[in-house]
Amino acid sequence: MAYHSFQLEPISCHAWNKDRTQIALCPNDHDVHIYKKEGSGWSKSHVLREHNGQVTGIDWAPESNRIVTCGTDRNAYVWTLKGNVWKPTLVILRINRAARCVRWSPKENKFAVGSGSRLISVCYFEQDNDWWVCKHIKKPIRSTILSLDWHPNNVLLAAGSCDFKCRIFSAYIKELEDKPAPTSWGSKMPFGEVMFESSGTAGWVHGVCFSGSGNRVAWASHDSTVAVAEGGKSPVITTLSSVTLPLLCVTFITENSLVAAGHDCYPALFVYDAAKGALTFGGKLDVPKQSAQRGMTARERFQNLDKKATVESKEAVLESLHKNSISQISILEGDKAKCSKFCTTGMDGGMAVWDVKTLESAMKDLKIV
Amino acid sequence: MAKNTLSSRFRRVDIDEYDENKFVDDQDEAAEHLGPDSAEVDNLIRNGDMMTAFHIALRNPPINTKNPAVKERAQAIVLKVLTSFRAGDIEQAVRSLDRNGVDLLMKYIYRGFEKPSDNSSAILLQWHEKAFAVGGLGSIVRVLTSRKTV
Repeated sequence: MAYHSFQLEPISCHAWNKDRTQIALCPNDHDVHIYKKEGSGWSKSHVLREHNGQVTGIDWAPESNRIVTCGTDRNAYVWTLKGNVWKPTLVILRINRAARCVRWSPKENKFAVGSGSRLISVCYFEQDNDWWVCKHIKKPIRSTILSLDWHPNNVLLAAGSCDFKCRIFSAYIKELEDKPAPTSWGSKMPFGEVMFESSGTAGWVHGVCFSGSGNRVAWASHDSTVAVAEGGKSPVITTLSSVTLPLLCVTFITENSLVAAGHDCYPALFVYDAAKGALTFGGKLDVPKQSAQRGMTARERFQNLDKKATVESKEAVLESLHKNSISQISILEGDKAKCSKFCTTGMDGGMAVWDVKTLESAMKDLKIV
Repeated sequence: MAKNTLSSRFRRVDIDEYDENKFVDDQDEAAEHLGPDSAEVDNLIRNGDMMTAFHIALRNPPINTKNPAVKERAQAIVLKVLTSFRAGDIEQAVRSLDRNGVDLLMKYIYRGFEKPSDNSSAILLQWHEKAFAVGGLGSIVRVLTSRKTV
């Protein structure tokens, strides 16, 4: 488990390049810093300065090596590397509130931006005009879109929103691609069609994720629940009410296992059993430092009894690797069908890399199916 | 000018009704439960059968009604059951509930905190401690975020 502290302020968002040697992150201000791996440390190689507001989302397309960023200044920029300089291209999103999240599609020919204007902007490059144009998905979204994830077929888009619902939309752009083949979420996919809408959980949907095959979608909600929906004639939704604080980000690491992290500052494993239709808590994925057990003097005991009405001494120190909420989780090695390493960044300004094999061997009852 | 400034009827127009972006809450059309049966619960308390009284009091929570009187009545019944419990039995009662039951119990406990009476706070805090041990922080978060209040 490697942990690197970049700074003291929160890391708003991050994205990795294709070979994982560079990380682009926003240090809670208007810029994007790109760090290059140097030995065991990181050195800042570029600063992307164009936004007028906090950068809320970054995504790095692995094949075409383009970075898309979106911010609270209601803009998105597509950055291309020319020589050793990243050059921005403005994308007009036609939104009147802050942009919140952005994701390249799997084929990298379009990207989607979720915003506070209660709509999703799906942007693609128009060759004739040499310009990025966007189409809006408005209905039936009632509030801010907090998170997005694309289906492997490059057409379906899962969106988690503050109106307490996780929805799957079709973002089919007929100028760009052929009609998609039917999926488990439906076969007719005109642009903006709602293929699935969740029900049963209250609370803002902070994070959504499609599974590797695209047949399942998981979302983490602010009422401390995690839910998985399996596509089909009538989608089956399985929810788990957890005993922890709300989770902010979720990702599949195999077809049946999810890792989610949030305000409790440690990633947790959840296992989905399709046959039983059950989602269970798999374990806490943090290796805490062994705190030295000091014996308590009698004086301390009485002091505790007087002050806190209890004789135990609970140190007010977090034992997890991250010292503050984890806000984003990304797959480092492998993919959503079989992940071997994932990375988390959070409000403590640090980035932790977690190795699945090491975690499996460290925690005896952990089973990643 | 004097004529059209006399009438103030325009002030009665509810402009939010005409806003096309207005958020209309879709409430589920679930059945309106009317709260537990007070007579049954009283009987059970008199006979000393606390566990059954507890389970019956937690049945039919008035989640979907908009009528505050129904909610008040249900709250009063549950509070009566909770205060009649012996301290030692609380843990066992909480253990007998499933996940949803613990969440519901937490909702009633916090509702009870809202209007403290002479001896309700102490017993409610004991219930809270035991329910927290089972439900964790998640159950408290669900009390805060749930839009279907009890």
